[in-house]
Amino acid sequence: MKNKSSLKRVLLLIKPYGFMIFMSVLCSVISVAASLLIPIFSGKAIDYMIGDGQTVFGEILKFIIIIAVTVGAACLAQYFSSALNNRVTFKICNDIRNKVNEKLHKLPVSYTDSHRTGDLVSRVTADVDSFADGLLMGFTQLFTGVLTIVAALVIMLVLNWVIALTVIILTPASIFVAKFIASHTHKYFKQQSAIRGEQTALINELIEGQKTVKAFGHEEESIEDFDEVNKRLEKAALNATFYSSLVNPSTRLINNVVYAFVALIGAFFAITGGVGMAMTVGGLSVFLNYAGQYAKPFNEISGVITELQNAFTCIERIFELLDEKEIVETDTPVNPTVKGEVELKNVAFSYEPEKPLITDLNLDVKKGQRVAIVGPTGCGKTTLINLLMRFYDTDSGEIIVDGVEIKDMTRHNLRLRYGMVLQDTWLCHGTVKENISYGKPDASDEDIVTAAKAAHAHSFIKRLPQGYDTVIIGGGANLSAGQRQLICIARAMLSLPQMLILDEATSSIDTRTELKIQSAFAVMMKGRTSFIVAHRLSTIREADVILVMRDGQVIEQGNHDELLKKGGFYANLYNSQFD
Amino acid sequence: MKYLLSYLKKYKKESILAPLFKCLEACFDLVVPLIVADIIDYGIAGGDKGYILSRFSLLVLMAVLGLASSVTAQYFAAKAAVGTSAMLRHDLFSKIQTLGYSELDKVGTSTLITRMTGDVNQIQSGVNMFLRLFMRSPFIVFGAMILAFTIDFELAMLFVAAILVLFVIVFGFMKITNPMYKKVQENLDGVTEETRENLNGVRVIRAFCREETQKEKFRRHNSMLLASQIKVGNVSAFMNPLTYLVVNTVVILVLWIGASKVDSGVIMSGAVIALINYIGQILVELVKLANLIVLLGKSAASLSRVGKVFEVESSLVYGSDVSEKDFCESQTDEAVRFENVSMHYDGAGEESLAGISFTVKKGETVGIIGGTGSGKSTLINLIPRFYDATEGSVYLNGFNVKTLDKETLNNAVAVVPQKSLLFAGTIKSNLLWGNKNATDDDIKTALELSQAAEFVAKKEKGIYEVVEQGGANLSGGQKQRLSIARALLKNSKILILDDSSSALDFATDAALRRGLKTLTDDTTVFIVSQRTGSVCHADKIIVLDDGKAVGIGRHEELLENCTVYREIYESQFKKEDM
Repeated sequence: MKNKSSLKRVLLLIKPYGFMIFMSVLCSVISVAASLLIPIFSGKAIDYMIGDGQTVFGEILKFIIIIAVTVGAACLAQYFSSALNNRVTFKICNDIRNKVNEKLHKLPVSYTDSHRTGDLVSRVTADVDSFADGLLMGFTQLFTGVLTIVAALVIMLVLNWVIALTVIILTPASIFVAKFIASHTHKYFKQQSAIRGEQTALINELIEGQKTVKAFGHEEESIEDFDEVNKRLEKAALNATFYSSLVNPSTRLINNVVYAFVALIGAFFAITGGVGMAMTVGGLSVFLNYAGQYAKPFNEISGVITELQNAFTCIERIFELLDEKEIVETDTPVNPTVKGEVELKNVAFSYEPEKPLITDLNLDVKKGQRVAIVGPTGCGKTTLINLLMRFYDTDSGEIIVDGVEIKDMTRHNLRLRYGMVLQDTWLCHGTVKENISYGKPDASDEDIVTAAKAAHAHSFIKRLPQGYDTVIIGGGANLSAGQRQLICIARAMLSLPQMLILDEATSSIDTRTELKIQSAFAVMMKGRTSFIVAHRLSTIREADVILVMRDGQVIEQGNHDELLKKGGFYANLYNSQFD
Repeated sequence: MKYLLSYLKKYKKESILAPLFKCLEACFDLVVPLIVADIIDYGIAGGDKGYILSRFSLLVLMAVLGLASSVTAQYFAAKAAVGTSAMLRHDLFSKIQTLGYSELDKVGTSTLITRMTGDVNQIQSGVNMFLRLFMRSPFIVFGAMILAFTIDFELAMLFVAAILVLFVIVFGFMKITNPMYKKVQENLDGVTEETRENLNGVRVIRAFCREETQKEKFRRHNSMLLASQIKVGNVSAFMNPLTYLVVNTVVILVLWIGASKVDSGVIMSGAVIALINYIGQILVELVKLANLIVLLGKSAASLSRVGKVFEVESSLVYGSDVSEKDFCESQTDEAVRFENVSMHYDGAGEESLAGISFTVKKGETVGIIGGTGSGKSTLINLIPRFYDATEGSVYLNGFNVKTLDKETLNNAVAVVPQKSLLFAGTIKSNLLWGNKNATDDDIKTALELSQAAEFVAKKEKGIYEVVEQGGANLSGGQKQRLSIARALLKNSKILILDDSSSALDFATDAALRRGLKTLTDDTTVFIVSQRTGSVCHADKIIVLDDGKAVGIGRHEELLENCTVYREIYESQFKKEDM
């Protein structure tokens, strides 16, 4: 059973807080007991109130003191149990979040590539939150609820079993009523959320395309389309809202009826009495109070169970992530001296086994060579970069860097040999300065500025509100794609290892600026081994080796002039831009 | 707030009846302790079974009547709330349709979408709960207090004090914890941001071997979250015990004072039970009220956000001085004229266009070229008056664009935007955006001209092929060509292609440009591009750099005397390749 093992794992998560939980349980037992005892004591006190100067004040005072002490104890117990519950729950969440985050750094890149970011983020935030809510409710309401039901039951049975039975038999009816209504309103909710989804999609589409709508004077038609869905939503929402709002009044009806029965039977017993079932006025007040106390957890319990189920679904989604296979590092890593040589031997790789991509790739790159990779979209250029950096592992064949198969090095050791500018211009949440020095946190301010100048980023950074201390938010949402790319280039320029990877490094920069950066690149690449992916042919003309890739294969290999002379695929590609 | 009332006015009957019936239900609830007191004080004391039975029936009747009025109230409340939100959504959507480009930029698309969905839903549940509970809870609180007065004045005064204290506790806690919860939310956002960063930046983080730093950063944010959660947890844990204490203090005082009153025959013991019942009811309702106020606070925030959208004035006021007939039959041979035009976007640091002047004759093809951010799109957006120039004027057919009405402007200019956006429907339904009355022949011609005919023909259902939202089932190039066809169908005399061939390969781009040449002689075409290859055959090329026109002329002239143009050209075609 999946559920069983999840439960076990949840218990393992809770285990470090065992003592706190024990204390919290103790506190809730005290507070439940107190809340059940107080009506009894006050009932007893009422019983001593006999009119016309017959009231026994001494006894009443005694019970009042008992009540005061009980209330005091209950207050303390309530406070500690809820403070402890909060603490335990949030600590557990904190543990889970840290665990998930650690895990994210140990998963292969293929995992993040194949899962939507939004989904993974929601596991760390929303799922953990829902789990916390469920756990907290479970700790507090489920436990105290069950305790209250059982204790109230026992006390009622002791006091008067006939009334107790009436309460026991009638009260659960409210659960059935609630269930009945819920199951019948379910379809309205489904309908509502389906239409709401439809409307949200329409709103998204039309408002995101609002400028196009305006450009084509399509406003009237848009409103018509919108109103059609809006009318349907109104109808469905009315049904869902109204029918679901019936649950509370209906359960209240049943509770009120139970209350009436307790009053009726209790009053009868008070008049006639029965063998061992004599009922005082104070006793009746206890029962009236208990009827309510006993019903309350019943009304809440279905909500708690839904929460708990939800919590388990969420934690299972988290466990699923935690169970994913991690990357494995070799036990005996080799650390060869940095030279800048790369050799690929019979490399085969595919993202999905049924769709072979790279089948037999061979390449020998000498120290200081400049390798350009060209080809149409989807030909495997970026895949090659993924393999070189070991974001992905080859299916077969060898990649040898500085004389050692890369699987025999640690990934850090391998990656520190490369400097890179990727197509994906990701920047971290931090200042411009922090971003540029991302690969070299101890760089001096001068070095940072020099790198920015070389990347032609200095002039725009200076114009930012706080210059180099401007904070970049949302992965760089406050910068243009071109500016982000320039910062990425500066970042690469600052930490210059022996090998460079430039994957569409200038795709978002206009050709004139690009031309200026090219000279900086040329300095950067001097004496270094470099791999350049680009679709702009102007960027790659000067490479020592041009790899022309198509469908995962290197179909042509040579320098610019050789390939042009050959009159093959590359020559075609190159000439078409002059068409 | 005001405009919400105007909606509720349309549901006057419902908005009045819902709280009314809720109060009715509350009355039935309030009577219950009194009936029980009667059972005790008269039924039991007098040993009258008939009386007890009649009171029992009354209790059951109260329960049933309570249900009936509650159901009625819920129905009216739901109807008013749902109806209001539907109208609100319609009006909001219609309002958005009237906004101009600059307002859309200012408010932001994603904001508008949240206003339309999340905020309106929040308002709906706010209205619903408001109608249901806002009258009921205070009604029960004060009702219970008043009924307490009917039982005994002195004990009732105790109630007044207790209500005040409870009120202060419940709302005081709300006030104290509210900012703390906000802090928790902020910290949670921080954790979310960190997670997103770790996922999106996975390659860079690993390439620079910065996993440990990232983990450290995450742990820091996570501990901050934990600290704020525990802090608010510790504070709010006080609330329940405190109210419990107050309620039970009242119970104790009622018992003590009640005892002497019973002793002296002022009240009976049943009344004491009733009073204890009332204080319980009051607490329950105060807590409900506090929750309701939290919900209403959220709804009020949504309401004011939605209100802000309604307050946005469209800066575009269309002219009405020129009739479409005058415009079309104008004898001038100039199609577009810019007179010293400058454009400064709201909130931008610098001008995006500065002092641009040029004239384009009917039938000419104009190329606009420049680097990213040089102002190309800004320039062409002024032609159909998507934005208003901050200085200078734009003329179409010799008329200032500000004098033209919406219809005339819309028909005069067709734009193919940079980002080709298609909508869910079919290929045909998308193309009809250009011209509702286009025949299949018109569509065919447009598709051929835009080099889309071939791939459309290959689709199983041709022009009836389904287009998914945003055109997700089409490639970038296909979308671009369809969006060109859509613009062509408008048959406007001015056609603007804003970098619209970036996703096309060189051959298709060239074929497209040849096709556009075949358009009628008096169609003026603007081509915006970063590629000199796309604009070099134009009759006139405008070279933009940092918002200024640094060169206007033909390809050869510009190569001669415009450095920027020459640099762009050379960055794409090296000299030796010529």
